[in-house]
Amino acid sequence: MEDKKLVTVYIEDKPYRVRPDQSMLDACLSLGFDLPYFCWHPAMHSVGACRQCAVKQFKDENDRKGMIVMACMTPAGEGTRISIKDPEAVEFRAKVIEWLMLNHPHDCPVCDEGGECHLQDMTVMTGHAYRRTRFRKRTHRNQYLGPFVNHEMNRCIQCYRCVRFYNDYAGGRDFGVFAAHDNVYFGRQEDGVLESEFSGNLVEVCPTGVFTDRTLKMHYTRKWDLQTAPSVCVHCGLGCNTIPGERYGTLRRIRNRYNGQVNGYFICDRGRYGYEFANSATRIRRPYRITYGKAGEKIENALEEGKVLPHVKSLLQGAKGIIGIGSPRASLEANYLLKKFCGPGNFYAGFSDAEFNLVGRIISVLTGGPVKAPALREVAEADAVFVLGEDVSGTAPMLGLAIRQAVRQKPVEAVIKSGIPAWNDYAVRQAVQNDKGPFFIATSAATRIDSLAEGTFHGAPDDIARLGFAVAAAISPEAPAPDGSLPEAAAGLVPRIAARLREAKRPVIISGTGAGSRAVIEAAFNVAKSLFDSGKDAGLCYVAAECNSIGLGLMGGKSLREAVGAVRENRADTVIVLENDIFDRLSAPEAEALLSARQVISIDHLPNHTVSMAHTVLPAAVFAEGTGTFVSNEGRAQRFYRVYVPAGQVEESWRWLSEFLAASAGAKFFTVDDVQRAMAGELPAFGGVPAAAPPADFRISGLKIPRQPHRYSGRTSIHADVDVNEPKPPADPDSPLSFSMEGFDGRPPSALISRFWAPGWNSVQAVNKFQSEVGGRLRGGDPGQRLIGPAGKEKSLPYFTGIPAPFTRLEGKFLVVPLYHVFGSEKLSALSPPVSELVPSPYLALNPEDAGELGCTEGMEIRLIVEDVFFRLAARLDASIARGVAGFPLGLPGLHGITLPSWGRIGIPPGVREAAEESGEDRA
Amino acid sequence: MLSILRAVWTVFLHLFKRKVTVLYPEERPRIPPRWRGRIILSRDPDGQERCVACHLCAVACPVGCIALQAAEDEYGRRYPEFFRINFSRCIFCGFCEEACPTYAIQLTNDFEMSEYHRHNLVYEKQDLLISGTGKYPGYNFYKVAGLSIKGKDKGENENELPPVDVKGLMP
Ligand code: SF4
Ligand code: SF4
Ligand code: SF4
Ligand code: SF4
Ligand code: FES
Repeated sequence: MEDKKLVTVYIEDKPYRVRPDQSMLDACLSLGFDLPYFCWHPAMHSVGACRQCAVKQFKDENDRKGMIVMACMTPAGEGTRISIKDPEAVEFRAKVIEWLMLNHPHDCPVCDEGGECHLQDMTVMTGHAYRRTRFRKRTHRNQYLGPFVNHEMNRCIQCYRCVRFYNDYAGGRDFGVFAAHDNVYFGRQEDGVLESEFSGNLVEVCPTGVFTDRTLKMHYTRKWDLQTAPSVCVHCGLGCNTIPGERYGTLRRIRNRYNGQVNGYFICDRGRYGYEFANSATRIRRPYRITYGKAGEKIENALEEGKVLPHVKSLLQGAKGIIGIGSPRASLEANYLLKKFCGPGNFYAGFSDAEFNLVGRIISVLTGGPVKAPALREVAEADAVFVLGEDVSGTAPMLGLAIRQAVRQKPVEAVIKSGIPAWNDYAVRQAVQNDKGPFFIATSAATRIDSLAEGTFHGAPDDIARLGFAVAAAISPEAPAPDGSLPEAAAGLVPRIAARLREAKRPVIISGTGAGSRAVIEAAFNVAKSLFDSGKDAGLCYVAAECNSIGLGLMGGKSLREAVGAVRENRADTVIVLENDIFDRLSAPEAEALLSARQVISIDHLPNHTVSMAHTVLPAAVFAEGTGTFVSNEGRAQRFYRVYVPAGQVEESWRWLSEFLAASAGAKFFTVDDVQRAMAGELPAFGGVPAAAPPADFRISGLKIPRQPHRYSGRTSIHADVDVNEPKPPADPDSPLSFSMEGFDGRPPSALISRFWAPGWNSVQAVNKFQSEVGGRLRGGDPGQRLIGPAGKEKSLPYFTGIPAPFTRLEGKFLVVPLYHVFGSEKLSALSPPVSELVPSPYLALNPEDAGELGCTEGMEIRLIVEDVFFRLAARLDASIARGVAGFPLGLPGLHGITLPSWGRIGIPPGVREAAEESGEDRA
Repeated sequence: MLSILRAVWTVFLHLFKRKVTVLYPEERPRIPPRWRGRIILSRDPDGQERCVACHLCAVACPVGCIALQAAEDEYGRRYPEFFRINFSRCIFCGFCEEACPTYAIQLTNDFEMSEYHRHNLVYEKQDLLISGTGKYPGYNFYKVAGLSIKGKDKGENENELPPVDVKGLMP
């Protein structure tokens, strides 16, 4: 049945049915025509700046003369008639390219964009080949823009995409366009690190080599030489889809992998630049066991190939009770096999106890409640957003970007009603000005997206939860209201938030584990349920901290503290720790107690405190070296694939565990598919996992899908220094992908897209050819399989009633709450050198009045004692922090091992205040 | 029968043709200058490595016998960290030379590179790099490309204007 809302347009006199709410450029590209463009971007739409997409438009079938128009500025109206091939249009486009190239610096050979450059592609497409101008070229100086993005301004063609992304789309404020006429300059007002956590997208947005990946530059490889496979970001719980690229055994870069439902065209800088931990020189590459010398010193004994299993087998045979500690950063498959190996009663989820409870609560709410968990795209399309307790810009950066788009929804809808089409970006932005849709945020301290909000509240988690409960009660009389009063700032917000949410059609409530508070999570549920009950298409989005937190939550298991008990009470003497540093999850004494077991086996990829205490260490593959599944915060199971075979005796964790199983019970799993089948059969929650991607025996015309582009170079030379006979490519039993350039060269199923490339489209713009329509779904559906969904309305959970008492300050104590940073709070990315440059130094944020009472000033060294753990930190005065609350940037170097929020004491070490006073006097 | 006789007759006629074999190595053949033999990497007129590690030769190579890794010195000049040609695979087609935007890689008229062991045919950068410009004397890539390197700032190229003053207000 044909959609009635379609209209007929004519391209080269042939009729096509298309949607009317798009431009002709959108329509042409969706229909598969090759039409050059620069300034138009599918996520940022049309401005008509570059004049590259010129076509001939005709009034009707009798009009032979026609006129040249910009396809991107021409609405796809009923009867619109254009020609791309018209000779005048063709010539016009060739001339435009020639103009754009007047000042181009002729440096493709040393340009990192070369080989995936949209400007190169468009130049070839329009046929411009020889430079005719005799004049000298305009030149520009470059800027230092920080560790992520390289700047080579001479290559600019003035398309304005960068400013439109950085400022208009991502809300950056330290970037712009300077100077006039053909001198225009795109950069910062002065050299300096780009402030936006989305700056890396400039690399993909800029159609030329002005902005390129600075980390790639350090080990540069052309796109055609990168071995790539579909992957999933491991640096937060959102599960953005990525394409890591490898050459000569090391990871070279991460690119965005379009997923219409999840990350769309963009990823954050943590995801793009956090990858270099995989190349760390400190990676564990050989299995070893620890013995002790005569003087009690530790000796690392490498275990050769073939010696590992006998050793492990002897350990396991001698064991009196084996327990396994899972991990929210290990794949589902690894966690499942550990659970299977140790037995369900001996599997302990590797969360801190607090997080274990919070994740469990989130899952029960998402599966037991009536409200759906929206995908990232649905958040971006929401017309009202209320964030409770979660600093999304620190814990789930792309969610912040989605909120930024959601805030525009309502004003844009109004503009569309007034007759301006949504794709006419400049007109829409002029009409919208600074209008914002309803967005409210309640957190412990100010966040990077506060400036977007109609109302903000900063307070202790309990007060945030009370605000949420009060809003829910204001929307639905059935929801319980908090008794007693709210803080003044919150009380004033309640009716406004309730009213604005009630006006919305698609409100989204966002919360998560970040605040460390169960009440906050429950309050968010109450708000979402109250909206749902009043007939809204509401969404409830919870942020989980790590890439597989929700997956591990679904896997279940016992809490980590019980594991400590099991070791203390001698119920277990052998502990297997899977990709986890339990010093991040337990207090140091507890962690030490757990690791004091007779045998500790740690499977991990980088040294950490747990690894240093283990007796046997097995090297694990990082995300790009293994195949498996992660479950994102919306409950979407997503497959990631091995990009390259790692050096040394590194194995995927699940493969080690499958060897353990074989050694003890004889049941061995050979492939990921085997594991998934068993898992889906045994644990109904994971029934959907195998459907997340095609099985390993999937073939197209009998062919595998190559990980290497068909132009991959050097295959008879790469290994020639070692052995002049080319080695056989490694086999891959786990996926339909091959480690070779041979195989099916067309468009694979969406879950198996290893790179975006199409004939004539070498740049990332080739993604157009993979979508069912521009900016829409990937052909065959966006990858990923939802594992959880809301319960029916009747079976839904009731409102939560556990409303906490108002926060009250305690004499001499502070409530220490966690704060988050894009760079630093997540451990793996912070191990990557470019990211570590931007990690702030440890501090404690205090309300200035509290600080005044303590007698401490900005930057002064203070002492914090929480749960008997002692920290020395620099004071940071932050007026957004409530009195009696202290903000602790969890995860920064050395700042872990405590469960927050909890009460702590702050002191000033002797001598510090005097020293500060003295230096103050000196200055005076 | 007839065909055998014809073959014998043809062979017989060859007795009166000019000999094409020579007594190599005593007698040396004349190799034309455009012969496609052993590949070298040349230097630019200033004596710097010409190769800018653009990977174009590698991707043009139909047998994939060129592998290299790009690196950059502290002044922004690109060069190959390593550059390897596996001559046991090379078919001397000359595509690499054709693809090279800097005249760095050139085929020479040396063909005497036999080895007893195949792995001796794997040449690394030190085996490939010569000290001169090879067949193309004048060309210096960095004199025409817009990248600034040591000794050549922005705007100092043959065909460039001085860098724009971004804060200037002149039309
Ligand atoms: S931006 Fe593109 S066209 Fe320009 S130098 Fe770089 S690769 Fe070449
Ligand atoms: S820097 Fe890139 S994105 Fe920005 S205007 Fe120039 S070419 Fe376009
Ligand atoms: S938002 Fe999270 S999942 Fe997405 S790229 Fe950033 S760190 Fe990775
Ligand atoms: S094509 Fe020339 S400049 Fe480029 S890598 Fe090869 S030898 Fe070097
Ligand atoms: S893409 Fe249409 S004018 Fe730039």
